[in-house]
Amino acid sequence: MLNPDLKLNPKLFEKNVEMKPTRDGYGDGLVIAGEENKNVVVLCADLTESTRSEAFAKKFPERFFELGVAEQNMASAAAGLGISGKIPFISSYAVFSPGRNYEQIRTTIAYNDSNVKIAGAHAGVSVGPDGATHQATEDMAIMRVMPNMKVFCPCDAIEARKATIAAAKIWGPVYLRFGREKSAVVTTEKTPFTPGKAEIFYQSKKPQVAIIACGILVYNALLAAQELEKEKIGVFVLNNHTIKPLDEKTILEMAKKTDAVVTVEEHQIVGGLGGAVAELLAKRYPTPIEFIGMQNTFGESGPPQDLIEKYGMGVKDIILAVKKVLKRK
Amino acid sequence: MEALHEKKLKYLEEVANRIREAIIEMLLEAGSGHSAGPLGMADIFAALYFHVLNHNPKKPDWPERDRLVLSNGHICPVQYVAMALVGYFPLEELKTLRKLNSRLQGHPHRIALSGIETTSGPLGSGLSQAIGISLAAKLDNKKYRIYCVVSDGEHDTGNFWEAVMFAGKNRLSNLTVIVDRNNIQIDGYTENIMPLEPLREKYESFNWHVLEINGHNIEDFVYAVSEAKAIYEKPTAIIAHTIPGKGVSFMERDYKWHGIPPNKEQAASALRELRTLGGRIKSEHE
Repeated sequence: MLNPDLKLNPKLFEKNVEMKPTRDGYGDGLVIAGEENKNVVVLCADLTESTRSEAFAKKFPERFFELGVAEQNMASAAAGLGISGKIPFISSYAVFSPGRNYEQIRTTIAYNDSNVKIAGAHAGVSVGPDGATHQATEDMAIMRVMPNMKVFCPCDAIEARKATIAAAKIWGPVYLRFGREKSAVVTTEKTPFTPGKAEIFYQSKKPQVAIIACGILVYNALLAAQELEKEKIGVFVLNNHTIKPLDEKTILEMAKKTDAVVTVEEHQIVGGLGGAVAELLAKRYPTPIEFIGMQNTFGESGPPQDLIEKYGMGVKDIILAVKKVLKRK
Repeated sequence: MEALHEKKLKYLEEVANRIREAIIEMLLEAGSGHSAGPLGMADIFAALYFHVLNHNPKKPDWPERDRLVLSNGHICPVQYVAMALVGYFPLEELKTLRKLNSRLQGHPHRIALSGIETTSGPLGSGLSQAIGISLAAKLDNKKYRIYCVVSDGEHDTGNFWEAVMFAGKNRLSNLTVIVDRNNIQIDGYTENIMPLEPLREKYESFNWHVLEINGHNIEDFVYAVSEAKAIYEKPTAIIAHTIPGKGVSFMERDYKWHGIPPNKEQAASALRELRTLGGRIKSEHE
């Protein structure tokens, strides 16, 4: 059942569950962060509306900077602001930032330890019709590998807002990952969000498998959990919004209680959440793992939900992965 | 910045020569590093640290200090030497360049050494960082100025022109770029590798104020910096024409000295030339 302590959306399993893109949460969070701290500034590379930076730009025009299609300049200009007492957020699509400006992020933000927050919108294949050029599926890997960088992948618009506000209060480089398409609102205002702390969203009476998920696919993991319950297969579903630093304690607890893990992410199965969990468990508690995510391939154009299913990240795929990992115990 | 008297000018020229000597010594000790660029910029760095910059070597974090951003990080030996001579750290430490546990990284690192404003080395992003500092100064109504030293070779990068466009658009008048126009880069002469001319017109078309000077004439440089301060509606680019390897005749104008240090014999020969001011005086260090 859903963890009652976390005050998740009571209408979560209903057909008319509220849908909202996580990028909207980023936009809402920027305005609140800007109200809370006058040092928050926002930079954008010609994607102000679609990254939802617009509300901040309208409310605080003197603290908003338009750079044009120039993600490299944006990253390093933000680095200069970040070492001068400002808290810059840089907004673009994840394929461009941190895609096109990887080296600038590495040298002038991460190594330079500048207080910059990188917001990568339009992550995952759920970007849809724009196709693979605009669907970032490697961004968490390239940010997670970078020293000094923290990586967040919120599960819904409300959590995205909380993560954005939290990022402004954390010192140092942060990567925030958002999706384009409307996705189910899983949490509520009362659901706790603590950076670095994974939350058990779902727990059966006798959990046999731990499903560790992040981003908009947490919803699919919860739907899968409910179906599996009907087949008398008990699971945990962990919302692992912080990919780095990883909540090692909670993940190890889950692994020790179940001895079988499925990771779920809208990202390549290497280098992101699955990679992080596998590295931890290989070191501390070797456990069979099945990986849901992009299997060494690019996406394509199409309706978001169809793409999620075609590339093996649907509810059915998670159910199959759970059954598969059970056999490996 | 005080007026430049003849006595001070002579002093700055002496400092520039001392910088060149120390560059040769530290590159020999390090066994790797870049020779031509640092020697070519010795006059300008003498002028910056000993005259132009409003700074305090004993308080490198002083919030009102002028910011010097070195974008072409590979010429950091000239900056390290100038910083040590002016009192940021002991001269003795210059021997640790590029060695294990040193604060003097092969390319400058902000976290490693107080007084270094930004981490640099990969070309093209220093001006962007200077832009960020400039924006922060404007937001906070700070009066400090931002100087950004860039190489001519890094004008090849796209990132650099993104930054040039942005600074022009936003009229970042507290920002002065100093272009080390020495016409060489690793693979050869800039106009063969990727022609930059007409460079002045390029900057002007992006709404910059441009000054061209002889980069070995300290008086001209100081005058250009003063003029840049008086330009309120644009950023300024000072294109400083320099001779790579300046002061060491067998290095001058030869691109092969871009990325290598002198060996023992070459260093002795270079030091002899520098200490005798090209044979014009006798050196007691022979």
